[in-house]
Amino acid sequence: MSTLEFDHVTVRYGASTVLDEVSLIVPDGEIVGLVGESGSGKSTLAKAAVGLAPVHGGQILLDGEPIRLRGRHRPVQMVFQDPFSSLDPRMTIGESIAEALYRPESGRLSRAGRRVEIARLLELVHLDAGRAGHRPGELSGGQRQRVALARALAGRPRLVIADEITSALDVSVQGAVLNLVREMQRELGLSMLFISHNLAVVRYVASQVAVLEGGRIVEHGPTAEVLGRPQHDYTRQLLAAIPGGHDTLTKETNA
Amino acid sequence: MATLIPAAAPPRSVPKPQGRLGGRWTRFALRRTGRLLVSLWVLVTVSFLMIHLVPGDPVRAALGMTAPTELVEAKRQALGLDDPLLTQYVHYLGNLLHGDLGESITTQLPVSETISQRLPATASLAVLAFLVAIAVAIPLGVAVAVATRRGRRRRTELAFAGSSVVLGAIPDFLVGVALVAVFAVGLGWFPVAGRTDASSYVLPVLALAIGPAAVLARIVRVEMLSVLETDYVRTARAKRLPARRIHLRHALPNAVTATLTLGGMLLASMIAGTVLVENVFAWPGLGSTIVQSIVTKDYPVVQGTVLVYGLGVLVINTLVDVALAVLDPRSTIGEL
Amino acid sequence: MSQRWFRIVKTPVGIVGLGLLALIVLLAVFAPILWGDKASTVDTENILAGPSAQHWFGTDNLGRDLFFRVLVATRLSLTLTLVATALGTVIGLVLGTAPQLLGGRLGRLVTALVNVFVAFPGLLLVLVFAVIFGVGARGAVLAIGLAVAPGLARLCQTLVAGVAGLEYVAAARIAGVNRFRIMARHVLPNVAEPLIVNVTITAGAILLSFAGLSFLGLGVQAPEYDWGRLMQDGLSGIFVHPLAALAPGIMVVLAGLAFNLTGEAIAGVFGISTTTGTGTMQVPSGETPVTELRHDHEADGDLVLDVRDLSVTFPGVNGPVRPVRGVSFAIAVGEAVGVVGESGSGKSLTALAIAGLVEEPASVDARHLTFCGTDLLEEPANGQTHDKLLGTSLAVVFQDPMTSFNPTMRIGAQLAEVGRHHQGLDRKEASERAVDRLRAVRVRDPERRARQYPFEFSGGMRQRAMIGMGLMGSPRLIIADEPTTALDVTVQSQVLALLQDVRREEGAALLLISHDVSVVADVCDRVLVMYAGRIVEDLPTADLRTRARHPYTRALVAAVPAMTTDVDAPLATIPGHPVEPAQVPVGCAYAARCPLATQRCLEQDPTLTAGPGGSRVACWHATEPAEVLTAQEAIA
Ligand SMILES: Nc1ncnc2c1ncn2[C@@H]1O[C@H](COP(=O)(O)OP(=O)(O)OP(=O)(O)O)[C@@H](O)[C@H]1O
Ligand code: SF4
Ligand SMILES: [Mg+2]
Repeated sequence: MSTLEFDHVTVRYGASTVLDEVSLIVPDGEIVGLVGESGSGKSTLAKAAVGLAPVHGGQILLDGEPIRLRGRHRPVQMVFQDPFSSLDPRMTIGESIAEALYRPESGRLSRAGRRVEIARLLELVHLDAGRAGHRPGELSGGQRQRVALARALAGRPRLVIADEITSALDVSVQGAVLNLVREMQRELGLSMLFISHNLAVVRYVASQVAVLEGGRIVEHGPTAEVLGRPQHDYTRQLLAAIPGGHDTLTKETNA
Repeated sequence: MATLIPAAAPPRSVPKPQGRLGGRWTRFALRRTGRLLVSLWVLVTVSFLMIHLVPGDPVRAALGMTAPTELVEAKRQALGLDDPLLTQYVHYLGNLLHGDLGESITTQLPVSETISQRLPATASLAVLAFLVAIAVAIPLGVAVAVATRRGRRRRTELAFAGSSVVLGAIPDFLVGVALVAVFAVGLGWFPVAGRTDASSYVLPVLALAIGPAAVLARIVRVEMLSVLETDYVRTARAKRLPARRIHLRHALPNAVTATLTLGGMLLASMIAGTVLVENVFAWPGLGSTIVQSIVTKDYPVVQGTVLVYGLGVLVINTLVDVALAVLDPRSTIGEL
Repeated sequence: MSQRWFRIVKTPVGIVGLGLLALIVLLAVFAPILWGDKASTVDTENILAGPSAQHWFGTDNLGRDLFFRVLVATRLSLTLTLVATALGTVIGLVLGTAPQLLGGRLGRLVTALVNVFVAFPGLLLVLVFAVIFGVGARGAVLAIGLAVAPGLARLCQTLVAGVAGLEYVAAARIAGVNRFRIMARHVLPNVAEPLIVNVTITAGAILLSFAGLSFLGLGVQAPEYDWGRLMQDGLSGIFVHPLAALAPGIMVVLAGLAFNLTGEAIAGVFGISTTTGTGTMQVPSGETPVTELRHDHEADGDLVLDVRDLSVTFPGVNGPVRPVRGVSFAIAVGEAVGVVGESGSGKSLTALAIAGLVEEPASVDARHLTFCGTDLLEEPANGQTHDKLLGTSLAVVFQDPMTSFNPTMRIGAQLAEVGRHHQGLDRKEASERAVDRLRAVRVRDPERRARQYPFEFSGGMRQRAMIGMGLMGSPRLIIADEPTTALDVTVQSQVLALLQDVRREEGAALLLISHDVSVVADVCDRVLVMYAGRIVEDLPTADLRTRARHPYTRALVAAVPAMTTDVDAPLATIPGHPVEPAQVPVGCAYAARCPLATQRCLEQDPTLTAGPGGSRVACWHATEPAEVLTAQEAIA
């Protein structure tokens, strides 16, 4: 696994600047949580790292080298939010994973080798290897997200970006996916950029937290510190808004 | 189906509230005018290029193989076909701006004159048919939608669906032939052909309107049905408004907006439909002119009539977009 | 997939469409072989004859038999149609996929070009191309093929863009799959069905176009003939015998219908067009276990809402399905009650049923349903409805503020409606009240905002306006179904605070539905936990995290990380899946996922019984706290 570094990254869509000189480091083997409101640019940052958003300024480095965004074997993989559109409904989940499989430089993977590898990946995310022949329609939301994670791992990425992977899931399955994420990090030493709007979820999986507001990182540090002793106003607002934890609800006049 | 609804929908990005109303409309007008100009340019260019894309010598083709070479040469000269293409293009555009569409190869009459003579017959036919189609389709579509919602009155639904599919599938010229056979030849109620008094309009207008009306009514029904299932109609129900108000004030405008785009295309195709219907009824309009001139290879006339038809279509499309913008203010901000 | 294709043959539309199509193909293949000679035999004795026993449809100007000519013409008509369809489809596909494959500026240029051409009706393009390619069958094929291409290209572009925006395509790109393979493997297969439908229907239109062109004399030229050509020939004699013109016309219509109906049938089977559910069914009376109500002994006057044995039933393929099965609860004046549970547990349906918003084909049953002392199950005697009562005293706030307002109506007008219809206000008074209510829900600059359209409001603002709409009357109960799920956390807390304030100011009760236990815990006095269409526990929110007695409630609470969750322990998870409403087991619905389940649980459905302190629980082993604790560990 590797270190991902956003170095003064700027992304514009037309006239609007979505990311404004964002600098952020995801250290080797750690999970960095990225929080912020919708529209703050979380997903854009993720897309920039995998080449799906136009970067206008700054650079994105992986272990100090500019990240490779073309061709096969892309070193950064991503898991998406919506479990219902993240898998091709016409492909079996085995085929979906096979498509992303890492191919050694020397020739192709044998049929049997591929099958073994798919089974290994499915078991890694706690799915029965026999599921490889199933289509996404036969799986629940939580199972699909696990398949999506397996597919992301199939390409032997050096880093994985998870964009709101639990927010479309029912509470009863969210826990299982979060447990899996932590397990991956512990056992595989996976580095991960974990994006969520849910502070409690981020607190649970991430060792560091970055807070994004209006396309700028306003606060970044170890999770306990940022959430325990927030320095920035905006972080405090976010914390105050969490239901259940605090009884003083802010009363603003304009939503 | 509930499993398809995500338990915790992630926060959605909210479009920033727009600033001044005027700004939005100005941008809409600019964008729409820009598109109109581009379409216009394409239309003019296509009509110009048409004659050059004809394989071989268009003049020779028009005058026939037996025509003397000198005559062909003279005609080529007169049409300016020997000049460089760009010069011809500039010339063509210049003439257009002066309303000069050239003159017919066969009759030597100015094309603009022919068109202005024949346009009213075609335009009145198209406009009348347009109005008839709308006047029938919208109330019918709405009524059937409300009556057959959520699996009620299966038989009505089936009868409507069946007859509208069949009526929509019969081409207008065939409807014309059938109408003539029954009402003109058989019953003798209306004239067989030609444009004389008001009664001569009945059959051509019907021939032109029936198909589009059937298709439009179907579209209105489908749109109305889907609008009746929306959240905001549920909101209106939660307000306990009378059914009439829910259907006419909340559902209809939204159903019509969705219908307009498709309906606009349908109506544009109605303009083209006049070509066929006019030929059935020997209607003295542009439709007969264009067909004749294609057969006789009278290219200047073809160019002129194609331009006029195209223009009619563009005008309709623009009107539809403006209507859409008035009915549904959202459409002024989207990409058009 | 193949099964679905097979289903086409089972629909009436499909049978007719495919049957006609088969007939036409057979004619196209065999008619020229069988009757080619008869169709071209010149009979100078019988020129332009009417129908007779010898010549069923009469003869043409050379005395040739029209009946056979119509049949033989099938081959040419169909061939031309298919060739032009193929041409148009290929060009359409190329232009339609080009924007995705080329990307960037070139792609946008293709899109723009297609957009310009698509604005012109097909027939006009056909005429232009007919000029270029010349009069005749070959020219007509090229002209029509090219003329339908922009329409198909546009359709293809829209479909492709729709799929290309999906996450699995993005995932494939990130995985390094090249764009051609993505197009072939991921995109095209997923747009195939709507494309096939449209190509089929386009083929029908093309057939008609050929008939039209030939009819105008621009298509097929003598001595060849297709249906259009025959019609044109027949038109001149329409006074003498109309059948000569109508017979080929009828064939054109039949062939056109064959394509159209087949297209419709495919669309129907693949759910591309809209057809609504099945007819209503009789609902068998429910045998839900009788539940005890906490408030059975309380005075009725204190209750805003009293529901007993509420059930909602849908007709299903294998008999009725009941997603809400006997729900009983009451809400006291000013009380805030929360409802939690997994997706599909019946929370929304319960709320909709109470508000009287469940529509056909679903049906609502209840033993008792009173709102503000009025029995909603009975129509008022004087021929009136409950509309006025419900319109002014019951406010409903839905989950998605983006779609819950009418997009074509100003916000102010949407609020004012209530005043106009239920409070007898005139236009001016009603809009003043609307502005006042917007101010009451703390919308800034309410006069200006009232004149705006919903799309000019942010999500949070809309939810405020929605609450304001409920305040047009004087609500006794506000039903809010996931009112903040679609909102950002900061906005969520503002909207929840607003709901609290409104409740305090108006003295209204609140029924708040949420999948988020913490939201409910924040706002409500009492919480109802639903599972598989039942209330399984009813307890004060204060007890939720510590003293819940139902294993499901405990698991639900433990599964959600809170700001105080121990980050070193794994989160609790609930094994298995929620119960589908169509497959509710005999015993306790939760038994398959419950660590405490015993034989009794599998056999007998536990009733919701009141315990000490007024809370209710439906579980055979709820009273065994020690066991519950071990179960808690078992879950973890
Ligand atoms: N129109 C319908 N036809 C058949 N079944 C339906 C229909 N609408 C809802 N259901 C079923 O009713 C059950 C309960 O649905 P409901 O919307 O009340 O769930 P919910 O608890 O609100 O879930 P969520 O948290 O996803 O909003 C679901 O299992 C669903 O399948
Ligand atoms: S009744 Fe039995 S199965 Fe149902 S929740 Fe209680 S212990 Fe579990
Ligand atoms: Mg719901």
